[in-house]
Amino acid sequence: MEDKLQLLIKNFRENEGNIISLLQETQEVFGYIPEEAVYRFSEELDIPASNFFGVSTFYAQFYLKPRGKNIITACCGTACHVKGSERIINNLKRELNLTGGENTTEDRKFTLEQVACVGACSIAPVVIINKKVYGKMTTDKVAKELKTLKEGSDE
Amino acid sequence: MNKRITIQVCMGTGGMAAGGAEVLATFESLMKEKNIPAEFKKECSMHKVGCRGLCARDVLVDVIAGDNRTTYQYIKPDMVQRIIDEHVVAGNPVSDWQVTDDYHKFHEKQIKVVLSDCGNIDPEDIGAYIAAEGYKAIDKVFNAMSPEAVIDMIKKSGLRGRGGAGFPTGVKWEACRKAPGDRKYIICNADEGDPGAFMDRAVIEGNPHAVLEGMVIGAYAIGATKGYVYIRAEYPLAVERLKKAIKAAGERGYLGKNIFNKGFDFDIKIKLGAGAFVCGEETALIASIEGQRGMPRAKPPFPVHHGLWGKPTVINNVETLANIPYIIKRGPEWFSSYGTEKSKGTKVFALTGKVKNTGLIEVPMGITLKEIIYDIGGGIENNKKLKAVQTGGPSGGCITGDMLDINVDYESLAKVGSIVGSGGMIVLDEDDCMVNVAKYFLNFTQSESCGKCVPCRIGTKRLLEILDRITKGLGKESDIDLLLKLSGDIKSASLCGLGQTAPNPVLSTIKYFREEYEAHIKDKQCPAKVCRDLLTYSILEDFCKGCGACMRACPAGAIKGEKKKPHVINAGACIKCGSCFDVCKFKAVSRG
Repeated sequence: MEDKLQLLIKNFRENEGNIISLLQETQEVFGYIPEEAVYRFSEELDIPASNFFGVSTFYAQFYLKPRGKNIITACCGTACHVKGSERIINNLKRELNLTGGENTTEDRKFTLEQVACVGACSIAPVVIINKKVYGKMTTDKVAKELKTLKEGSDE
Repeated sequence: MNKRITIQVCMGTGGMAAGGAEVLATFESLMKEKNIPAEFKKECSMHKVGCRGLCARDVLVDVIAGDNRTTYQYIKPDMVQRIIDEHVVAGNPVSDWQVTDDYHKFHEKQIKVVLSDCGNIDPEDIGAYIAAEGYKAIDKVFNAMSPEAVIDMIKKSGLRGRGGAGFPTGVKWEACRKAPGDRKYIICNADEGDPGAFMDRAVIEGNPHAVLEGMVIGAYAIGATKGYVYIRAEYPLAVERLKKAIKAAGERGYLGKNIFNKGFDFDIKIKLGAGAFVCGEETALIASIEGQRGMPRAKPPFPVHHGLWGKPTVINNVETLANIPYIIKRGPEWFSSYGTEKSKGTKVFALTGKVKNTGLIEVPMGITLKEIIYDIGGGIENNKKLKAVQTGGPSGGCITGDMLDINVDYESLAKVGSIVGSGGMIVLDEDDCMVNVAKYFLNFTQSESCGKCVPCRIGTKRLLEILDRITKGLGKESDIDLLLKLSGDIKSASLCGLGQTAPNPVLSTIKYFREEYEAHIKDKQCPAKVCRDLLTYSILEDFCKGCGACMRACPAGAIKGEKKKPHVINAGACIKCGSCFDVCKFKAVSRG
């Protein structure tokens, strides 16, 4: 981990980075923003850790906890909403056993996220599974994809 | 005989989702097969294009042979062979898969300026843009126009900002030009945050060079040496195409040092947004580029005087910038010949929701809503009744079904309590609950409020709570008045546009659909049958065939029944998910 952090810090210094770009790069490397990383940056760059936490909790893109192996992103844009995204999301939560505020399953195989709009409104409702965009989704179609993924990850 | 054949495959986000990349790859590999005559291999070219609007029909494929353009819809890879055999080689278009009349009707009333090359040229090929007269505007500007002349021309055209506020672009540029400062910046705002809007994404995906060209011209006019495109990370395809476009433009000398040997330097950098709606606001966007929390500050000073790193900065929306090259090339009079007295030119809208043809459209300002919904959109899906059209996203309002003759321009929409906004247009039918729609938008603005102003941070939370209890059947008679009062307070006491407009969806739905609020509060009923807590599900004995589909679908085990005999829902165990309603083929599940 230390090597990776040093590389990030070097990049930051050389490319006149800022807190957001550093956090974006950190997340690219680790998949999330580890707490240790923030304290390391804070020490090395002489920027208060609170600044990092302030920024990372302000923007929806940053994750302070590790995410699942499979990322399911349900679009909650207006067009998706009026075409039934809420029901799709509720179904997904039930199938993945996500209760309360958690969005990653205990075995870290799945993370369910909701985004405001992915801009593919004409094929609403939209669900993105591992970066592939699926349009005109139904609860059935999502369940089928989920089943394939579950079987795949058991191997 | 002209054997030149061009095949265009739609590969915007919509086209990609439908399998556009696979379709193009299939064309490419099949055209290399041995049985294809050599002359066709030589004369046939194929490439991807950006969004042509009607994404619901994707994958759309155009085969252009000489002057004849044939458009196919819903194309899958396994259909490609037949198109090649019958159309490309034998010259007989496959009539089964061609688009129908409504596809042409969808385009008939549109006037494409910003989107004129979108869907025609390969967005990843700078040569295609240049062949379509691209970068000619820069040529003209650098060789024959002073910065002041450029500003004058844009002012004369009447172009107003397409991001929502509608501020005259030329006036903004002029203010920045005149602002003292050694360094100036131009920023392209591609932080398209309105849910239900995707115009900017489509423009960048379909024709990124037009946006870059607009930026270079803007930079020349105001005297900026550096530009930024602030774009949402949620648009990976747009980001990728923009990166390629910037690189290609640099290689051809349209960006970089000493452009056209005129001693003018200009570079563009991409800044990825990190997911905050409020960053669409100018001062918040600037804070975000600087690496801070994106929180708006008080204006004045305006960014044209005190912007990025404290320097004079112009921030223009994607669509605004994409208009610039066309205005320069064709002249301000041409541009202002479209539109109304105060709203010139065309506007791109994202037409979505319960309309037959959902997609991206570009229409002259001042067109009636009726023309948009019925002529272009083809009317309401499933022959339902139109209830309202929501424009302007979370900052906007509703236009009801009986106001369809309204002209769509900045002034007319403002008059009825809505806005043009960035261009989202969501059609709602009788199955949509207006209280739920208001709650939806408040849920959005409440979670996107940056928290700086108390009225916005706490006020939107309270608004949401009140709406939530109304949709759960727990509303009080005084709630409507409370919503109105609170909305007024939030509007008048918030600093930025987010808070000032957040209550609009509430105010506008109360204004036009007060009876729906009252039904929820007094009768504990949701007339559109949307609000889950106010619904009950039951099985109609006479219609139920006892097939058991609902029983299998029910995740709560609340349905019991013997084979071929009417089933029954146990209301106490029912979680109201609606699965039974969806699966029943005999319409035996009643929701009320």
